[in-house]
Amino acid sequence: QLTTMRVALQLLFLLGVASIPGSVFPQRTQSQIKVREYLSENPEIGPWLDGLGMFDVYGSIWFTAIYVLLMVSLIGCIIPRTRVHAKALFMPPPASPKHLNKFSNYHAFNVKALDLKIIESVLRNEKYRVRLEHDHVAGEKGYLRETGNLLFHIALLFILIAVAVGSLFGYRGQIIVREGVGMTNVLAQYDTFAPGALFNTDWLEPFQVELQQLEVDFQLAGDTPGQALDFRAYLKHSEADGEEIESVIGVNSPLDIGNASMFLLGHGYAPVFEIKDASGNVIFNDSVIFLPQNGNFLSTGVIKVPDMDPQYGFDGIFAPTAAINDEGNFESIYPDVVDPIIFLAAFKGDLGLDEGVPQNVFQLNTEELEQVGMKTLSLGDTWEFEDGSIRFKRIDRFATFNIASDPGQNLALIAALLAIIGVTLSLYVQRSRVWVRYVSAPEGYVVEIAMISRHEDQDLESALVHITSECKRALGVEESTQENNDGNQ
Amino acid sequence: MAINRTLAEYSNTFVYMSMFVLALSLFIFAYAFSQTRDETKVASRKSGNIAMSLTWLSALLLLIGVVLRGLSAGRAPWGNMYEYSLTGTLLALIVFLVYSLKRDIRWLGLFVVIPALLSLGLAITVLYSESAQLIPALKSYWLIIHVFAAIVSGGLFTLGASVSGLQIVASHVEKRIESGQEPGRLGFIASRIPDSNTLDLFAYRIHAFVFPLWTFTVVAGAIWARSAWGRYWGWDPKETWAFITWVGYAAYMHARITIGWKGNKAAVIALVAFATFIFNYFLVNIFFVGLHSYAGVS
Ligand code: HEM
Repeated sequence: QLTTMRVALQLLFLLGVASIPGSVFPQRTQSQIKVREYLSENPEIGPWLDGLGMFDVYGSIWFTAIYVLLMVSLIGCIIPRTRVHAKALFMPPPASPKHLNKFSNYHAFNVKALDLKIIESVLRNEKYRVRLEHDHVAGEKGYLRETGNLLFHIALLFILIAVAVGSLFGYRGQIIVREGVGMTNVLAQYDTFAPGALFNTDWLEPFQVELQQLEVDFQLAGDTPGQALDFRAYLKHSEADGEEIESVIGVNSPLDIGNASMFLLGHGYAPVFEIKDASGNVIFNDSVIFLPQNGNFLSTGVIKVPDMDPQYGFDGIFAPTAAINDEGNFESIYPDVVDPIIFLAAFKGDLGLDEGVPQNVFQLNTEELEQVGMKTLSLGDTWEFEDGSIRFKRIDRFATFNIASDPGQNLALIAALLAIIGVTLSLYVQRSRVWVRYVSAPEGYVVEIAMISRHEDQDLESALVHITSECKRALGVEESTQENNDGNQ
Repeated sequence: MAINRTLAEYSNTFVYMSMFVLALSLFIFAYAFSQTRDETKVASRKSGNIAMSLTWLSALLLLIGVVLRGLSAGRAPWGNMYEYSLTGTLLALIVFLVYSLKRDIRWLGLFVVIPALLSLGLAITVLYSESAQLIPALKSYWLIIHVFAAIVSGGLFTLGASVSGLQIVASHVEKRIESGQEPGRLGFIASRIPDSNTLDLFAYRIHAFVFPLWTFTVVAGAIWARSAWGRYWGWDPKETWAFITWVGYAAYMHARITIGWKGNKAAVIALVAFATFIFNYFLVNIFFVGLHSYAGVS
């Protein structure tokens, strides 16, 4: 028993220490990009650390090994204790030892006449479970302490199970949706997608979402002008049955659709462009996602126009409220749209889109291209270049959503709440045993009372004093009667 | 809602006044402590009482400061590290003062006022920030509950660590005396505080009281994380260190209850666990980047 507790303690320590590197090194589960950066900045030790699993600590073999061992020792502890406790719950408290005066919490007093039934009811009134014998009464209370302790440890086990279920059968992914554009919940729509090891893509909840409007409140005046106060996405979604429902997702209020939940993470601008070719045909008329680079939403984006002849690509910088800073650079001084300006650099040549190699939509590979020119456009402006024209038509917004499904989360929540209840009971409920026995004396009897606690209970002595005076009162003994504290006869 | 500058300034004034009074009480506690523990010595008893009264006054001033700070921004006064530190210190003081009504713990006064002053000092210098509104992700009831539980836990962890630290000092001196040596330099402190067993039990009571609260803190944080980021647990540095702290105190409880490591070994574990809490509060908050610093797009 002792050895298993020692092992459990060591494993607990180990688990704590083992989780440290995950907060020091970048983790694949959080940011692939940061891990790649780290590896390229530290070519010497990077791969070595990678081999040790330092970039995926919480999924590594050694981390898993520690918590599996902890689980095993937890089970090894819970089973025998549950058995013992279950037995104790259905058995009367243990009988009194022969000599009570060896206990350190011990009182005794003299009475002329005595009925143990009276003592029994005193103990019952004090919420003790009672056992009546011919020469003594035994009582025990505080069984909830052990019940709570077991509940806590069992709940911990279930939390581990819930986490495992979630990470094996769940998924999470991110999508970016522009205003006025819909998305279907299929794999191809995700910008990033991280499925659990046993996740089957058939389980993706079939639904469609259209982002109707994204609303952002900026603080206009005061101490931190421009701080985003709040933002929300107005959606129209339809589930498998095709019924359309309007809904709103706020920053802390997700939308649950079937087994999936949709969370609003961030937002940005998606300027709308109309591009015409040399003969005036509209060949592009759409919004383009510009990713924000700083708190004032200076944003960068790329427009690719493969339908033009020759193909065209634009590198753009967008500022919702533009200004020229001291160094003569273009920047944004406020995150809301007050004085929007877009700066475009146009390139022509083969964009390489036809080669079948997947390309990053946020990057324009300009090496093979010929730069045509640069231009700054205000809202509504048109830039005419030799092969056509581009007009900065309107400004839409986009929203970033997390879509996740975690089949273990309800279990985790319930288990966590039970764990809190359990640990509270096991630390606050005091468990104690009391024995009241009598010994014949020259004039009547000596009543001996002793109490023990299986844990440190500072209030044991005052509880004993209380029980003693209740017994005296019930037996009609004057409080002033001489107290016989060492009780030796 | 706009920030009420005037109230924010009043709040600062009250915080400064509270620190001034607390500094006075520090001096008087130190004086009382330097007198012998012999309670018949009037000088020690009297000065101890004066220091306690000053601590009450300082807590009252701090309470006003914290309330004004909250009113100035129209929200609960725990939106940034400056405010966490104020509220946490206030709660540690209140727990100490309320407990002192039940038991004579004037000997602990010095070791509560020192960390309290340190914490307030850091708050007004390094951590200070103007009263402001919160970024969207921080607007949530769960967050208010989570942060409040964390602050209360922090105040109590600090008290527990103080007592555990004193326990190590006391037991060190007791061992020297047992083996027939001079008490040594620490004897000065040890002769003025309760014996190591009493301290051990006292520390245990504090820690046993906060452990469920800290468990709740972590769970409330997970519930909030679920609604803000779509997952209840993601091993973000903040979450990781909250977990490590939890494991540390669980190890303390096990060492203490089930293995029966009373005394120094358990006290050292409690101090290590406290170190992880402080690490999380200062270093992780400031140097590690995680979701807890919220950006436009992740
Ligand atoms: C891994 C195997 C584990 C074993 C074998 C184990 C065993 C035990 C036992 C036997 C007790 C009873 C103390 C008493 O007699 O009152 C106990 C108490 C406790 N355990 Fe564990 N435990 C394990 C894991 C954990 C874990 C992972 C935690 C949380 C981090 C934890 C937290 C606690 C706490 C806080 C107590 C004190 C509450 C009380 O007094 O009952 N235990 N543990």
